[in-house]
Amino acid sequence: MVAVRNDTDLLAAVRKRFGAAGFGGQDVKGGPPVIWAPAEKLPSLMRYLKGEADRTFPMLFNLTAVDERLRSHRQGQPKGDFSLAYHLFSLDRVEDICVKTALKGGSPSAESIVDVWPAAGWYEREAWDMFGIRFNGHPHLRRILMPPTWEGHPLRKEHPARATEMAPYRLPEAREEKEEQALKFRPEDWGISRRHDDTDFLFLNVGPQHPGTHGLLRIVLQLDGEVIIDAVPDIGYHHRGAEKMGERQTWHTYIPYTDRIDYLGGVLNNLPYVMAVERLAGVEVPERAQAIRVMLSELFRIASHLVWYGTFAQDVGTLSPVFYMFTDRERIFDIIAAICGDRMHPNWFRIGGVADDLPRGWDRLVREFLAWLPPRLREYDRIVMQNRIFKARTVGVGAYSLAEAVEWGVTGPGLRACGLEWDLRKKRPYSGYENFEFDIPTAAAGDCYDRAVVRVAEIRQSLKIVKQCLENMPPGPYKADHPLATTPPKQGTLDDIETLITHFLQIGWGPVIPPGEATAAVEAAKGINSYYLISDGGSGPYRLRIRTPSFPHLQMIPFISRGAMIPDLLAILGSIDYVLADVDR
Amino acid sequence: MSNAIISLITVFGVLVVALSVSAGLIWLERRLLALWQDRYGPNRVGPFGLLQVLADMIKILSKEDWVPPFADAAVFVIAPAVIIVPVLLTFAVITYAPGVAVADLNVGLLFFLAMSSLTVYGVVLAGWASDSKYSLLGSMRAAAQMLSYEVFMSLSLMGVVMLAGSFDLKNIVEAQKGLWYAVPQFSGMLIFLTAGIAETRRLPFDLPEAEGELVAGFHAEYSGMKFALFFVEEYLGITLISVLISVLFLGGWEGPLLPPLAWLAVKTLFFICFFILLRATFPRPRYDQLMSFGWKVMLPLALANLVVTGGILLAVR
Repeated sequence: MVAVRNDTDLLAAVRKRFGAAGFGGQDVKGGPPVIWAPAEKLPSLMRYLKGEADRTFPMLFNLTAVDERLRSHRQGQPKGDFSLAYHLFSLDRVEDICVKTALKGGSPSAESIVDVWPAAGWYEREAWDMFGIRFNGHPHLRRILMPPTWEGHPLRKEHPARATEMAPYRLPEAREEKEEQALKFRPEDWGISRRHDDTDFLFLNVGPQHPGTHGLLRIVLQLDGEVIIDAVPDIGYHHRGAEKMGERQTWHTYIPYTDRIDYLGGVLNNLPYVMAVERLAGVEVPERAQAIRVMLSELFRIASHLVWYGTFAQDVGTLSPVFYMFTDRERIFDIIAAICGDRMHPNWFRIGGVADDLPRGWDRLVREFLAWLPPRLREYDRIVMQNRIFKARTVGVGAYSLAEAVEWGVTGPGLRACGLEWDLRKKRPYSGYENFEFDIPTAAAGDCYDRAVVRVAEIRQSLKIVKQCLENMPPGPYKADHPLATTPPKQGTLDDIETLITHFLQIGWGPVIPPGEATAAVEAAKGINSYYLISDGGSGPYRLRIRTPSFPHLQMIPFISRGAMIPDLLAILGSIDYVLADVDR
Repeated sequence: MSNAIISLITVFGVLVVALSVSAGLIWLERRLLALWQDRYGPNRVGPFGLLQVLADMIKILSKEDWVPPFADAAVFVIAPAVIIVPVLLTFAVITYAPGVAVADLNVGLLFFLAMSSLTVYGVVLAGWASDSKYSLLGSMRAAAQMLSYEVFMSLSLMGVVMLAGSFDLKNIVEAQKGLWYAVPQFSGMLIFLTAGIAETRRLPFDLPEAEGELVAGFHAEYSGMKFALFFVEEYLGITLISVLISVLFLGGWEGPLLPPLAWLAVKTLFFICFFILLRATFPRPRYDQLMSFGWKVMLPLALANLVVTGGILLAVR
């Protein structure tokens, strides 16, 4: 696999504008080209890249940090204890760039770019929470995933990863008092006011346990009657430290953890992770494995959309559809269980391929399902999509424009509902998607109803792809013949000692992936799901960053629900289609 | 003497039947919903799961009778009674079959309308006394919804009153001997049905409870027997509206072959099932949509129905 070279044109343009000092490039093994920039130039550089450069990058796709203090392979990169990485995207040109900056010292700080991209708000809070990097000028720099009373910054290398590395948990009275105090609701802490002119606002606490939030999400509503003045989401209740866990797992044993990020998406989580590792390792995946990956991905996309379909209908009050759609989903799980052995957490993709070949009779199951779903979908159109009350509840509710979607980092169906025909599977095909024929459904208004229209149409397109997999499943091996493919091929191990030793070490330690950095992204059910991996030449990732679609989508809630009513909020939440594990990781 | 005994039997008969029908409805609703939703529903306790109701009742009776410390205790306790008594009282003025009625009131219909206005108090008091934000929002919705839907509920019935020339439910049934009012008063029936759903706070008009939004709305803080009263009241309300539609528009006990009471039961059951089917089918409109539908569509329709009926009556007589 060819390494990604520096974007010399852009680097030259940046140097011309800002002076050469401190700017540089970096070779990575997959993902966007990298530009290193000095920290003090960041806000103006970001403004330049967003709107002023010849080639602009209007979307802030990801923002994260790396604790560099224990990393040994950093040749050619500026010295620093922490680095920040800003991943920018241009949807029109299907081009992206990663801007990095090195920060020094134990409590580093950088300039906030919230006034350039509002979407940076949550990302910077996350970097503060996880790494203790202070962002000057951020309007609300508080912890976002960890509780406010937490001590330390979890993704720093000195922070323990296991409970057994910490002192036993005790709750003396003083600490209990402190925790109780931290739970107290003070509107000012949330950035909302108690009254305006002569109106005293009503604060309604929605969640973390609420039937309409689909999981552990808390939203504090500032209400005037039933009209929402402001809505402040509070996330982190589902935070399980997936990124930290990556740093203590081997490359191979982390795969099951990915299943649990977007737990409705199954293999759609495996895929970007193994793709990133394969890029680091330089493994080419055989054709059959790619087709199996595509088929399972599409089946999971349908399953995820069906759950959304049913629960969305339930959010606006229709009780029945969710039962029909879960019945259909069980049919998909029958296929998935037959192939993978498990339903929701398949843990099926491997570095270099998939865990095993398709079982005998898989084609019959898939064929039956392809005949089963379409007539049911037509029925659902009548009971849900064409229902007049349903339309009254969703048309024109929670709308945002295409420009706003790009500004806030919206991807997936929420982006396509604004009218942009943009799907990573088409624009930057991976895993052999270029060989399949399918359309990208779009809609125009970008409201709750249109997001629904897009998803329903996507179910049909996914069926089309699955059908093509069924009819043209290529023959051949299901795993790459490569020393780093895991688990390694067994044949030959009893004939020569070298193969046996490699096999033994691979099984015992897992593969040792050469040092480097790689990013891989897939079009998951909810938007673009991306993994940014740094290998320091060990048997596990040095840093593992998961960019999930739900995180930026939830960040938009205040923006799109101001002025709406409480029932609208529930429709908006349902139409976003998020999974809290996908938000908090 | 014998009259008093017969009255007593009727009083208790109506009370027992009304209460047990509404308890039985819990089972019926769960089974019917399950049927329409591709699942089984309660089918373990007794034949067809019929004893599930009994099991539920035992459970709910043995639950802790809890009043939240922040609630207005006296009002909190009274509210469930305030909501259920008017509904039960209305059952007293209905003539179920010739001679089967607790009280043969000559203003029966007015009495029903008066009582149905009183149930609003139960809902509002429950939500207010709970002193919880979700309950408050639920009861505010309930007050607005029930008050506005009551307006055209009474208007929709005036056509029937004009045709029959009486507020007495017995006379209204007898006046339908030749032709059920469902035919000349078809629009009146639809309006009354809509208002009836709103009055009983059933989907698609269940905004005061709105599980997905307000958790359980006005009765979110209730548990045990007090909650059961709200629960039973909902089913009593369904039964009441179904009986009334049968009496006012479908000729009540009239019908060939079967005994009068059986006819009324069949017609009532039909509407009860219709109520349940609605719940299996419809989404919930938003509060402002519900209100504008009431005031801008249903009220003019009810008025038009009144004018047209009155005009035709004047012209004919």
